[in-house]
Amino acid sequence: MKQVKIGAGQGFYGDIIEPALDLAENTDVQYLAFDTLAELTLAILQKDRQKDPSLGYTKDITRTARTLLPYVHEKGIKLITNAGGLNPEGARREVMRVAKELGITGIKVGVATGDDLFHRLDELERAGVDLSDTDTGRPLEEVRDRLLFASAYLGARPIVEALEQGADVVITGRTTDTAQFLAPAVFELGWRWDDWDKLAQGLVLGHLMECSGQVTGGNFSGDWWNIEDLDRIGYPLAEVSEDGSFVITKAPGTGGRVSVDTVREQLLYEIHDPRRYITPDAIVDLTTVRLEDDGPDRVKVSGAKGSPAPPTLKAIMGYSNGFMGMGMVGFSWPNALSKAKRAADIVRKQADRMGIQYEEFSADFLGVNALHGPAAPILDEDFINEVFLRVTIRTKDRAEAEKIGRLLPPLVLNGPPGVAMMPFAARPRELIGLWSFLVPRELIESQVRVSVEEVR
Amino acid sequence: MSASAGAAREKGTMVRVQLRDIVLARSGDKGNNCDISVFAPDERVYEYLVKVLTPDVVKAHFGHWVQGPVERFEVPNVLALKFVCHEALGGGASSSLRLDNLGKCFGPGLLRLEIDFPADLLPGGDDE
Repeated sequence: MKQVKIGAGQGFYGDIIEPALDLAENTDVQYLAFDTLAELTLAILQKDRQKDPSLGYTKDITRTARTLLPYVHEKGIKLITNAGGLNPEGARREVMRVAKELGITGIKVGVATGDDLFHRLDELERAGVDLSDTDTGRPLEEVRDRLLFASAYLGARPIVEALEQGADVVITGRTTDTAQFLAPAVFELGWRWDDWDKLAQGLVLGHLMECSGQVTGGNFSGDWWNIEDLDRIGYPLAEVSEDGSFVITKAPGTGGRVSVDTVREQLLYEIHDPRRYITPDAIVDLTTVRLEDDGPDRVKVSGAKGSPAPPTLKAIMGYSNGFMGMGMVGFSWPNALSKAKRAADIVRKQADRMGIQYEEFSADFLGVNALHGPAAPILDEDFINEVFLRVTIRTKDRAEAEKIGRLLPPLVLNGPPGVAMMPFAARPRELIGLWSFLVPRELIESQVRVSVEEVR
Repeated sequence: MSASAGAAREKGTMVRVQLRDIVLARSGDKGNNCDISVFAPDERVYEYLVKVLTPDVVKAHFGHWVQGPVERFEVPNVLALKFVCHEALGGGASSSLRLDNLGKCFGPGLLRLEIDFPADLLPGGDDE
């Protein structure tokens, strides 16, 4: 039976590159797929693009290209990535520039566009698309003048089209995480676009692999202390068969673990209804998936059921949602928690007296309940060695947010005893609100363009 | 092991356990919702958890951090229960003031939960 080997190269913008290199060098992987876009990443890329119109893609594509293009050239490995973000053409120029720098010619770089809706909102509205937020029902008017980006989630088709045109590297914008992995399976194994069960298997494959190390022993809630060599963790490698079943494994000699437990933890990760995992390529029923131990660091995955792709595509937008100001200060035993609480009280009273315009004030006690909130039990204070107070405020503008951090240093002299200040400037962070709506897919897909260019 | 501990493992005896001793759990975010998957070690434990680990129990455990309803989905093929906690992240990853703005600590947070548990379903048998 025909097979294709697909590896995961990256799980987010900022991920390490060594595991991809392990796969390229030490396995017979045919495709390396990179998921670089979280919901929030497009907001970061929009800020880059505002400063410099040639940017708007994830900048680590330079390192990816420099590290892996030699393997594209010599071993014929193909790279698939949504690193194009808001500017896939810009990402292509960068990859082609790196290729020339490395003296590599003859490779083809494909790009798909058509996901960026930022300048099409009026047109979509005229076409009758409801741009209200699907989660809250809020009308777009509330945030329209604060929008930062708007992109539709495309599926695997444009990527497959680029592969059909001979691309060795495929760069897209907001294609789904899963599409990066489904596309090479469809292309190599000749799956039809209405073979829902096979597409479902390919989507399960993509879902398991899109978070890189999370399926090979990272973020594992079981006996994580027994997982060896996480410092050189291997990223997942899938051996996908024509019938849709596949085995998840990793490069020999790498750290981490592939087991039924590490795989099932990832199978349901960030999924809402497991019976209806909705993607642009098919709707997947995860409750039919079978996981079987297939030897050391090998798990066989089969049985996913698919149903027809939805008639709409999801679009996501980000809008500027104010700023977060933050300051942090530590208190030592004895009575560390009481001291931190008293300090929070002081800061709040001073903020109010100064008239700092905040919409929300929050005091977290790091080491006590900052991560579990009400689920954390209250401890006997004598057993708490130290507590860090983290004060945050939400404001409309940056200047207000900045003020809160300045209230903390004086606590060293004026507050409870035993203070440690961390020497960092609490620069306000812009908060990004997310907004989603559904668009009839023909309105999007009719505008998708795929092009392939050769490095000469 | 002691005679009393042996008796505790007999059928019908209930013991108080923390979920950390029984299950795996992983959590993540989607907008302002946090989802938590809980995985049982075997079918008998799964069937028991289906009975006792209700959405209400999970919602109560996280108190005011979960502002909206909690939905539960059963995923028997991987012996899992999936909880989707609505309005649980203080506005969602990129809008939240929370330190755990991605909701990755909700899974470990749920492992704190104490439940009554049939002694004969405890892992490890009677070899302690």
